[in-house]
Amino acid sequence: MSNENTLSRRGLFMKLGILFNGLVASALAVPIVGFVLSSITRGRSNAYLSWVPLGSVSEFPEGETRLATFRNPNVMPTDGKTVDTACWVRRVEGEQFQVFAVNCAHLGCPVRWFPQSGLFMCPCHGGAYYRDGARASGPPERGLFEYPHKVQNGLITIQAGELFTPGASASLVEKKPSCA
Amino acid sequence: MRLIAQVGDWFDRRLQLAAPIREAAEHPVPRNTASWFYVFGSAALTIFMLQIVTGILLALIYVPSAGEAWSSLQALNHDVTLGWFIRALHGWGSNFMIAIVLIHMVQVFLFGAYKFPRELTWIVGVLLLLMTLGMAFSGQVLRFDQDAYWGLGIGASIASHVPIIGPVAVKLMLGGPIIAGATLSRFFALHVFVIPGMLIGFVGLHLLMVLKLGINEWPMPGRLVNKATYTNEYHELTKKDGAPFVPYAIWKDLFFAAFILLAVAACAVYFGPFGPTGRPDPTIIQTAPKPDYFFLWLYALLSLLPPSMETPALLVGPVVFILGLLLLPFISGEGEKSWRRRPIAVLTVMLIAVTLGTLTHLAGFTPWSPHMNAWSGDPVPEKFLHRTSALQRQGALVFQVKQCRNCHSLGELGGQRGPALDTVAVRLTQDQLIRQVIQGGGNMPAYGKNLSPAETTALVAFLETLHPAGQSPARDASRDAALGAVPASRNSSQPPGGP
Repeated sequence: MSNENTLSRRGLFMKLGILFNGLVASALAVPIVGFVLSSITRGRSNAYLSWVPLGSVSEFPEGETRLATFRNPNVMPTDGKTVDTACWVRRVEGEQFQVFAVNCAHLGCPVRWFPQSGLFMCPCHGGAYYRDGARASGPPERGLFEYPHKVQNGLITIQAGELFTPGASASLVEKKPSCA
Repeated sequence: MRLIAQVGDWFDRRLQLAAPIREAAEHPVPRNTASWFYVFGSAALTIFMLQIVTGILLALIYVPSAGEAWSSLQALNHDVTLGWFIRALHGWGSNFMIAIVLIHMVQVFLFGAYKFPRELTWIVGVLLLLMTLGMAFSGQVLRFDQDAYWGLGIGASIASHVPIIGPVAVKLMLGGPIIAGATLSRFFALHVFVIPGMLIGFVGLHLLMVLKLGINEWPMPGRLVNKATYTNEYHELTKKDGAPFVPYAIWKDLFFAAFILLAVAACAVYFGPFGPTGRPDPTIIQTAPKPDYFFLWLYALLSLLPPSMETPALLVGPVVFILGLLLLPFISGEGEKSWRRRPIAVLTVMLIAVTLGTLTHLAGFTPWSPHMNAWSGDPVPEKFLHRTSALQRQGALVFQVKQCRNCHSLGELGGQRGPALDTVAVRLTQDQLIRQVIQGGGNMPAYGKNLSPAETTALVAFLETLHPAGQSPARDASRDAALGAVPASRNSSQPPGGP
């Protein structure tokens, strides 16, 4: 009925119909993609991070490393216990602190502190760290992750809110002098 | 009977499915494919259906909320009638499904079934394997316990290694900045909607192609696949030496499917459900997370790779392997099908099987992990303390208290991260022992800052006693010459009664 160069009325309507659907789909795609990527876009410019108190300085004896827990700053009603996070607090002396993530810098397993030998040991793949967080042995490529912290009015607070991962957290930690 | 036939007719007038179904069921297959080697595909499908049914049943009780998932699993295990059995069926079904899918894949590979014209069937099969593994991982997350929680952390750590998009990928995977409620919810959506939907679609495609292209004929050495002639040869074969799939071949599929279901049920009854282990509370750090059985090889690999190899192996390895699988039918789409004339194919399968088997076996006792309680739990065996001096006994105490034992075994007890020290005095001289303890090295931390000189002296004195009765400890000959005396260790550290 029609050759390649002519466009029938119905053919035109079909193409317009496809175009119309395409336009609606792209318009809908904006909020859909926005929703899917919301966990990324919200986190830009460190919006997830806040300062969280860990407790009074006097709870941490000088020269010792203690486990402390804090509540993650962003809480959703379905989070349950997962928002309670642990960290290792080392009071070097006076108001000089180091606050380490419990997550091993290798693959994130929880490291344990052994005061007798002054080592953090990871139960998963055998990573070990010295008391200042520096890598001692095993597969980790770096020392333990450190939370930025400050001491004010006898309270120690840390900047927390994101899971430390070996690739993702590198930039955050580089701001601080290396713990090694 | 007439009534049933009438009802059947009524439906078929409207559905018009009877003829195509009969045609599919009775399509001729080469006679020798009615073999016990050809039953794994249908067995995988059977277990997949079991997983759908048991999965739906579990969803009746399970709550995909980080706050309540663990308790709902406990309720399934202990409160809901037969809830434990449905959980066990689903868990064991998952293990069996991966095993059967892998066996199916090996059979298809060794029988050359991926060659022309079944390339796309193979590619879809590879995608089905990846989805099955995706189901296994996401299912492990839904069993929201300590292993699931820390396993997610490991997954996030691996994802973070991806160049440029690493940090973004982590947040996308976790649904936020930390492992929390949103993480479980999105793995629930993946495990229950997204991947099963894709699985159903791709299984349909896979089966459709098996029907359209015909089942792979039994490979004969010397019968080569040629794109120009294969299709005709295959039709010739099914005409000359073919038999209808139903009932000629299907009875073996039916028997094997029933046997596998019975095996899953038997394991479920005998071994029970998997976990859940401890509550997913991140403040409880006394845990050593371990993945499920089919990811144990990866856990072992991650421990054994040298640090410099880890990122490339994690990121490049899987991509190369999956690409290799996908491209396989294009690399060798023609030629010999029989495994008897494909030695490299057979060796590849054996190499991969031995590698995965060895890594899985190693992950069973994790020689690379320190034994966290060895220092307080495993006493120094008595025989090492016989006839020792006070200093040496003090050294044994230092050895325990400083957690040396967590990585070094004595008398087979203790960690295996470092070498066993039962005969260390034969390997290292006194100077070398002191140096090793203080400076560390060779994957051992330096203890210089954590040992006082007195402790080091005692520790080394103890270590110098660790040699077999008939063998004298290592000594530095040049030092003897320089000092012109019998080495001190000869007098002090050797138990009396030795040679």
